[in-house]
Amino acid sequence: MEQMVNVFVMGKKYEVPASLTIMKALEYAGYKLVRGCGCRNGFCGACATIYRIKGDRELHTCLACSTQVVEGMYITQLPFFPLIKEIYDINEVRPDETVMMKNYPEIYSCIGCNACTNACTQGLNVMQYIAYAQRAEYAKCAEESFDCVMCGVCSSRCPAGISHPQVAMLARRLNGKYIEPKCQHLADRVKEIEEGKCEEAIRANMALSDAEIREKYNNREIEK
Amino acid sequence: MYTEEMLESIKKVEAKRAENAAMEPRRMTAEEKDQVLKENHPDYREDQFDVLTVGPNKGEKAPKELVKMLQSDSRLKDNLPDLSCPDYETDVLIIGGGGAGASAAIEADNAGEKVMIVTKLRIGDANTMMAEGGIQAADKPNDSPAQHFLDCYGGGHFAADKELVYKLVTEAPEGIEWLQDLGVEFDKDAEGNMITTHGGGTSRKRMHAAKDYSGAEIMRTLRDEVLNRKIPVVDFTSAIELIMDDKGHCAGAVLMNMETGEILIAKAKVVIIATGGAGRMHYQGFPTSNHYGATADGLVLAYRVGAPLREQYTLQYHPTGAAFPEQIFGALVTEKVRSLGAKLVNVDGEVFMNPLETRDVTASTVIRECRRGKQVDTPTGGQGVWLDAPMIDIIHGEGTIEKRIPAMLRMFLKYGIDIRKQPMLIYPTLHYQNGGVKVGTDSQTCVENLFVAGEAAGGVHGENRLMGNSLLDVIVFGRNAGKYAAAKAKTVEVGKLTLDHVAKFEKELADAGIQPDEVSPKLLPDYTRKVND
Repeated sequence: MEQMVNVFVMGKKYEVPASLTIMKALEYAGYKLVRGCGCRNGFCGACATIYRIKGDRELHTCLACSTQVVEGMYITQLPFFPLIKEIYDINEVRPDETVMMKNYPEIYSCIGCNACTNACTQGLNVMQYIAYAQRAEYAKCAEESFDCVMCGVCSSRCPAGISHPQVAMLARRLNGKYIEPKCQHLADRVKEIEEGKCEEAIRANMALSDAEIREKYNNREIEK
Repeated sequence: MYTEEMLESIKKVEAKRAENAAMEPRRMTAEEKDQVLKENHPDYREDQFDVLTVGPNKGEKAPKELVKMLQSDSRLKDNLPDLSCPDYETDVLIIGGGGAGASAAIEADNAGEKVMIVTKLRIGDANTMMAEGGIQAADKPNDSPAQHFLDCYGGGHFAADKELVYKLVTEAPEGIEWLQDLGVEFDKDAEGNMITTHGGGTSRKRMHAAKDYSGAEIMRTLRDEVLNRKIPVVDFTSAIELIMDDKGHCAGAVLMNMETGEILIAKAKVVIIATGGAGRMHYQGFPTSNHYGATADGLVLAYRVGAPLREQYTLQYHPTGAAFPEQIFGALVTEKVRSLGAKLVNVDGEVFMNPLETRDVTASTVIRECRRGKQVDTPTGGQGVWLDAPMIDIIHGEGTIEKRIPAMLRMFLKYGIDIRKQPMLIYPTLHYQNGGVKVGTDSQTCVENLFVAGEAAGGVHGENRLMGNSLLDVIVFGRNAGKYAAAKAKTVEVGKLTLDHVAKFEKELADAGIQPDEVSPKLLPDYTRKVND
């Protein structure tokens, strides 16, 4: 007989198999999910969840798709959180001090409480990446925030009203476009293709008979 | 976390690890590959396929579950909505908010057309977001589009549309540059050179990546760009039927609010289907690595208005789905783990193949190894073989796993398995729809003004897709569809809207003696009151 546990979905008790994730437990209990369910594997941030274990003082946050249920879990989901997403033109902004001041000035109101970091479902050092953004150190902000799934739990806990995932999103785009070195071999190849220099070889492959291209494929040299 | 039995097997894996890490397993011959596929690949299990009896692919086979959806009732049967006062009017209607839909939207917007995205869940809730390993492009000096063509066309068993492959590989470098200009971060060295690896079946190291969040990094950037452009995104709204005009051209879609059930009418000059794949159909009972909404909706919509499918009989089973623990059963373990040098080993710690064969061959070889009795059993009745990740740090130095595949490290650590020290148990998982709706090089179907891009379209990958060619597909063909659809929209005068095709298809079903007991498209899988999905 499968081991069962009691969980409380928005306060209502359900008995579910102990092996399930929170997401599967909701479905087992009878919910058909539309909200709060996306990739089901920790990449999309749709299933942000807050819970507390009965008798425990601590508040926990997690992704429902990748967290196992435990006895006495009081669960509520956060399928949407009103983050501020500023509109900007990536071709007009620059990775300087003014861009954050203009778009997300509330980052300078951070009181250093570290609630964001404690709440992060990915275990990221959120307050640290906000500090990097304050100092216009966007490459560091991008690296520190890279694994963010934009679930928004950090922002739900922030007394300064910061939309951390959107700050990080802007920082990563600034880093990718302006700070990381441009790729020369990529630019070279794009130019070669535009000039038609790659055309002959590929058309030659396309003109081969079925037998010929099989032969060529099966005997192609593979880079070590 | 691992069972006693597993730990016993792991001892053997550990004992041979250094030796296994250093060895170079030989590649299979063409004949050996054919044989292992025929004997083990799920595509060859004839009893899992049915023959279509109506529609443009009548007489051809497809997975049973897909045949059922293609030959089910319309959700509008006996209840056709009034089309005279559309709720939305736009030039380009894009159905689907994944990588292809977002790319198409940006390009159609660039062309000055009025664009609208409708998406069943949220923009970015898509398989693109979950693509981990990387994106191919032949941009290194020792590589060429011609070489990429050979890998893609051969890897797909010579079944793809050559002109589509030509477009895929020729426009790949420009696609990467476009992403870089949008601010997508790629793994680069200090000089800006791309850090590239092999994927299964590649002859050059052309896999570009952003750690093992490659798709997520691309998707969140595209989403940000769509929002910056103020392109309207109607979320939690599915398309349940296409709308035609009296000239027989596609002219919009009937939409349904996923939360309230409200029916809405969208009129458009052109429509792009970018609805993605079908993993949540769970063909042959396989678990899937796919997104919650991957239910082949686009195929159903297109099929009902007469657009034929191609290679609908072939699915991709990713060789390395998680087999244990059960909480992540079927979840994707990126091929990048093998790109970085980890090998597949059996219960006795023996390497049984070169881990960089194509996905269909690798998956088949894993299944064969389990059938040979060389599998590791799980407590819930499953099975698998080991993917020995600690080899990566042996080959590339300590810290590589943490830096290059952080998502994998995190996924297993949540269940007490440290992949820097222990192997992962894997078994094939339903991953990708190799075929799809037939399109031309302009991404248009044979139905005028209906375009399809991304996983929903067929012909790019033949009968097996290579790692890194799907992210590339959604970028190249998403943009392609956006450009051609926008250009087409400039010339279109929409006629009188009609849903006559719904009754026509219904009659075809009746004439063929089919009495559907379900409606389609499926929209979402049904996991209510179930333990396993």
